[in-house]
Amino acid sequence: MTAIAAKSGQDRWWNSRTTHRFLGHHLALLGMVMIVCLTLACVLGPHLLPYDSLYIDLRARFSPPLTGYHYLGTDPLGRDVAARLFMAGRTSLLVGFSAMLLSTLIGTFVGVIAGYRGGWIGTILMRTVDGFLSFPSIFLVLALAAALKPGPIMITVVIAASSWMEVARIVEAEVRSLREREFVQAGRMLGLSGTHIMFREILPNAIGPIIVAATLTVARAILMEAYISFLGYGIQPPLPSWGNMLNGAQQYLNSAPWLAIIPGAAITIAVTSFNFIGDGLRDAFDVRADHS
Amino acid sequence: MRGFLINRLCQSLVLLLIVSVIGFVVLNLIPGGPLAQFGLDPSMTQDDLNRLKEQLGLNRPLWMQYLDWAWRLVQGDWGHSFRDGASVLDVIGRHLFATLLLMGSSTIIAIAIGTWIGIRGATHRYSVFDYLATVGAMVALSIPTFWFGLVGIYVFSLQLGWLPAGNMYTIGDGSALNYMHHLILPSIVLALVHVAIWSRYMRSATLDVISQEFVKTARAKGLSERRILMKHVVGNALLPMITLAGMQLPSVLTGALVTETVFTWPGMGRLFLDSLGYSDYPVVMGLLMFSAILVVLCNLITDIVVAIIDPRIRLS
Repeated sequence: MTAIAAKSGQDRWWNSRTTHRFLGHHLALLGMVMIVCLTLACVLGPHLLPYDSLYIDLRARFSPPLTGYHYLGTDPLGRDVAARLFMAGRTSLLVGFSAMLLSTLIGTFVGVIAGYRGGWIGTILMRTVDGFLSFPSIFLVLALAAALKPGPIMITVVIAASSWMEVARIVEAEVRSLREREFVQAGRMLGLSGTHIMFREILPNAIGPIIVAATLTVARAILMEAYISFLGYGIQPPLPSWGNMLNGAQQYLNSAPWLAIIPGAAITIAVTSFNFIGDGLRDAFDVRADHS
Repeated sequence: MRGFLINRLCQSLVLLLIVSVIGFVVLNLIPGGPLAQFGLDPSMTQDDLNRLKEQLGLNRPLWMQYLDWAWRLVQGDWGHSFRDGASVLDVIGRHLFATLLLMGSSTIIAIAIGTWIGIRGATHRYSVFDYLATVGAMVALSIPTFWFGLVGIYVFSLQLGWLPAGNMYTIGDGSALNYMHHLILPSIVLALVHVAIWSRYMRSATLDVISQEFVKTARAKGLSERRILMKHVVGNALLPMITLAGMQLPSVLTGALVTETVFTWPGMGRLFLDSLGYSDYPVVMGLLMFSAILVVLCNLITDIVVAIIDPRIRLS
């Protein structure tokens, strides 16, 4: 066993071919570094800055960046933008990450069942996926977010409800192609239950595409949170998020452009990084770009 | 061809059915459900609400309510806005032109630039241009549309003063030139993401075509590279892109909603947000269903167009 594993060079994850290919992908590494830095900044930043994110100083309203200890300036209430940016990052990254977990869970579950069972169950499930994809996602998310009680958890659920379909499609295609392989037939002959075959035998073999889709879903979830919070239906103040920091920034665009530019740059950096990582993982796992 | 048409039509009907079920679920998730509009009226007592429920048949089983709702949808009775009492379809119709204008012009920009970048990337594979286009596309996909809009307004309207910061036309000046002037910035902003997507797909489609036998034949015939590209490659590579254009519609609509908000563009997206702000649920539901139906129909049309142009699709 060890001999075979050593020969293929895949005995440990850190010297597997996948890892090597990922490490050879410069953009993915850059994305990785940026995400680590951003996360560290959001976790540690608020403790290092002299101002609290909620501290209101009306005498220092609209200070441009680099005035005194307000490195990124202040907002219309005189709150420190840097402190708010880091606190907002915690919210946005957490919402993006949780929405990804939830939607990957839903998508994988639907995809595995649709792909393995096939038949009319598979047809109904995959048509439902198509149905959800027919709605412009923001219309659906806004209608739900406005109708349901807003709050970070509800926003996460709503975003996940609008982004599980891609994962479901990818997993379904993958499982459908794995279903007829010998190891699955062997499992059936051994009398293993359908659930066991689906989730213990097939699913581990489809993990590559799932990880890739999940990474890209984080990017999409962060963007979606930014959209709906910018429009005023996402995370509600005083809890800051990158999106709701931009809400209302447009009216100060002429007098205080940093209010709009800084949070948007943070969103772009975070989303770009996740997209870079996803792209690197796709190459590393050798997942074809178009799976459907 | 007839078999293909019937098959495709049935698929679309099933999809519309599922879309309507999803819409009905959303309608019932709204607090107060279909009666939400009356719940806001302080002169309505609980007794009134119950009587209304009885009258509108809302105490019947859900499936009967669904059939009733779907039947009225089919008949074109989409309810009335309770802001001004106008029929929902009329309200949508009034805002349709502005959105179509914005989406149309941005799609033209996206297709023109995206096609060029894609073909150039494929013919100069692994060049600096190709690399920059790849990275640029990924960054473009990551920029929030509304933020790009804000930056655009800051640079081109506030700092340089070249372009208007919003609205569809200057009041009192309805000339085509004035419309165009207002259209430039929002359509570029909306196009950005789609330039990125379009160029990536165009690149891989072009690469697919270039590696095919008939291109080799054309080369063997001694045609110039330029002629091969124009006559044999581009046309064939563009064919699958028609389907892509249909598939991109939901995300174009999403982008349009955000862009319209930033640029105070009087289209469907702004209507949606305004209606949400007034809890005008009949219009919100109307727009939700309208956009989904539009998407299903557009996908059907693009599939049929591709099948007419390319007989291979019909047979497979």
